[in-house]
Amino acid sequence: MTTMQNVRLGAYYAVHIPRPDDFAFWRERARMLVQCDVPPDRVAWTEPGSSGDLFAGGDTRLPVPDRDARPIRASKRFLSLARNAVLHSDSERFALLYRLVWRQQTQPRITEDKTDPDVRKLEELDKNVRRDSHKMHAFVRFRQVKEQDGEEHYVAWFEPDHHILRANAGFFKRRFANMRWSILTPRGTLHWDGSTMREGPPAQKGDAPQGDPAEDLWKTYYASIFNPARLKVGAMLSEMPKKYWKNLPEASLIPDLIAGAQSREAMMVAAGERAASDRPETLEAIDRAIHQCRQCPIGGLDNQAVMGEGPAGAALMIVGEQPGDQEDRAGRPFVGPAGQLLDRYIEQAGIERRSAYVTNAVKHFKFVQRGKRRLHQSPTAKEIDTCRWWLESERALVQPKIVLALGASAARGILGKTVSMAKVRGAPIPLEDGSELWVTAHPAYLLRLDGAAHEEQAALFARDLAAVKKRLAGLEA
Amino acid sequence: MPHQTILQKLEILADAAKYDASCASSGTAKKNSLGGKGMGSTEGMGICHAYAPDGRCISLLKVLLTNHCIFDCHYCINRKSSNVRRARFTPQEVADLTLSFYKRNYIEGLFLSSGIIKSSNHTMEQMVETARILREEHDFRGYIHLKTIPEADPELIRQAGLYADRLSINVELPTDAGLTRLAPDKDARQIEGAMGGTKMAIVEAKDAKKRFKHAPRFAPAGQSTQMIVGADAASDADIVGKASRLYDNFRLRRVYYSAFSPIPDASAVLPLKRPPLIREHRLYQSDWLMRFYGYQPGEIMQATGADGNLPLDIDPKLAWALKFREQFPVDVQRASKEQLLRVPGLGVKAVSRILIARRHRTLRLDDIAKLTVSLGKIRPFIVTCDWRPTLLTDRADLRRLLAPKQEQLELFAA
Repeated sequence: MTTMQNVRLGAYYAVHIPRPDDFAFWRERARMLVQCDVPPDRVAWTEPGSSGDLFAGGDTRLPVPDRDARPIRASKRFLSLARNAVLHSDSERFALLYRLVWRQQTQPRITEDKTDPDVRKLEELDKNVRRDSHKMHAFVRFRQVKEQDGEEHYVAWFEPDHHILRANAGFFKRRFANMRWSILTPRGTLHWDGSTMREGPPAQKGDAPQGDPAEDLWKTYYASIFNPARLKVGAMLSEMPKKYWKNLPEASLIPDLIAGAQSREAMMVAAGERAASDRPETLEAIDRAIHQCRQCPIGGLDNQAVMGEGPAGAALMIVGEQPGDQEDRAGRPFVGPAGQLLDRYIEQAGIERRSAYVTNAVKHFKFVQRGKRRLHQSPTAKEIDTCRWWLESERALVQPKIVLALGASAARGILGKTVSMAKVRGAPIPLEDGSELWVTAHPAYLLRLDGAAHEEQAALFARDLAAVKKRLAGLEA
Repeated sequence: MPHQTILQKLEILADAAKYDASCASSGTAKKNSLGGKGMGSTEGMGICHAYAPDGRCISLLKVLLTNHCIFDCHYCINRKSSNVRRARFTPQEVADLTLSFYKRNYIEGLFLSSGIIKSSNHTMEQMVETARILREEHDFRGYIHLKTIPEADPELIRQAGLYADRLSINVELPTDAGLTRLAPDKDARQIEGAMGGTKMAIVEAKDAKKRFKHAPRFAPAGQSTQMIVGADAASDADIVGKASRLYDNFRLRRVYYSAFSPIPDASAVLPLKRPPLIREHRLYQSDWLMRFYGYQPGEIMQATGADGNLPLDIDPKLAWALKFREQFPVDVQRASKEQLLRVPGLGVKAVSRILIARRHRTLRLDDIAKLTVSLGKIRPFIVTCDWRPTLLTDRADLRRLLAPKQEQLELFAA
């Protein structure tokens, strides 16, 4: 205790920190005071603008340590925390840091003890400052101003909680090195012109520009990237507390986005409502339900739904495209010209129509009215996919061993994708439930062909049906 | 279509991108714009510049180049047979938007994805061109994440990696059967092949960098992928298994999970209802346990119920602890770091605090309360010099005591 004589016992010292974020100044004074053995309760630390301590008027001439005074110990970790904690707006921070330096001389590892109240306070200050800095990096919003020389100048207004402006100048300089920018805050301002950084006095919100055309784009982006089906307001608020909202252009949209989310999701859910109900449990239930189905526009035409028919446990399911004019009138599948043609060919192949379950990929007849005639129109991929729900429900109940799809639409109804007839014809495609799919042409196609082309396709059609018959026999054996 | 303004296109193409879970902008090489002519920096940690009311962070301009698509994947709003409004950006327009947003400090960079138009190669070329404009013409040094198209020429993917910080290839669905059913135009083998190619390119570039100072960087933030959860019947055990195989085989930085959400104009093959968002959360928690807590994928699977799914009411770590009660209580004064990491309620940070603090003093329950957030959850699983849970750990109703009170988690809970 060689420096003891320098200390007038009972004396109070007031240290006036010139700038609220001046770590170097604090460190210099703290080192001297510890070297002179001035205990923490004898020092008042004040910063500009503070009302000061009761004892602040005390002796301001600080003691000077001996030249051979012992070095001061402070852990690396403490210094890095302290450098940040100094930026906090808590007026007690300098005293806290001094107390910790003081204690480290006798308890060198004190800052490792995270149950110690001073250490916990230090960590809290550090954490608050880091958070504030992080929010500054995130929430500074520049607005573009055209200067008289035609150059673009980007100006932001930000309200930090702590004295972090100067400490974060480097971040913005590294990021926007080749841009002219200013950050205005109530605690001071920063100006970068592309080569030098200038500091200025505190500013007011009115000093910053009021709008920027890019904000409309940004708000559009913000509103569009939000998924109303996942509303989690709490999660947003914990990361973007309301106090920051007033300076974020996009935040003005939040109340409406939240208010609208429920109805937007309700609409999406309603659109998919049929999917939310369970599959019908009987073929009769499907029959009743498809008559009510308005999931696609075809259901709303002047037509009736046509249910598949055949034994519930049929080994073969034949799927066509959609009912035609006559099927619609009769309410039964494959009774028109194409149906009669089909009947002929399957009979030739040795398949009994009554033993097969015959249905369509799409349950309603799609047509355009031309005078008295209803002209067949092919269903779109979307319509086939929508109707796939019913076809799959039928498949789940009938559980055929083989599904024979007539034409590309029928194949899509089973597979969910459009396949090329040339590629898939003539060989089975395994399905998830263990059954297999065979694809051939639609008999209506044969009806439209003449001459050699008809001969050729008819032969192919007969060949495909024969292959299915053979496979069926193999499976049943 | 030619009359669409940038604003209208942005509205459509950002909306189309909102189902992508990833928005990370961290873990890349440090860059800044000092000494350059453009702008941008990356300093390791990514920055979330805003949060949407869905609680998700916005750190990148996340858009599609176009939502036209020749594919017809059922879970995807942009599939060919969907009736959504379509739009298409030019690479120049996306580059301009990125720069304009970046200058105002709205974003960390760009996350570009695209529907497939004309061909996979054509689409990939357009994406690479966008990144090239940003990097070469504007000397942009912010973050770029490109979602690559597995079917594209490997040479294009190589170019993408030279411009991008991160590449991702979505596996989309956890099982091949799900992929076959819901994404009939996609091929699991092709997707994994492309991931393997990207992994090789990353490894080679790292190796070259060690030997040659000027070797070009290739996707320094690595590659990631995304899986849709709840669109097919895959269980959490399936999903965790798939994720861990992907981590092992392709050294992915992240596997993202995206809870299937109802999409307007939904395909008829889609599932019954959307999975609770909490399921996605539980998967991220289990991902966390594997990456930071030393859990093996098999152990996560042990925490699942009979249906292969993780419990929704409690987190996976607690679920595991309740199944393996013989491992507890652990003595905070003596237990290894690995043992402490298994205590429900103790995070990585709290464990390191305990390890340091116990060198200085004998820890009492009070001390633990100061070092952690939720003592109530931890108590049944630890021993301190003044606390021993004896009966508590064996209580049959422990789960009920520890599970959070029932609350409504979603708007339309079933």
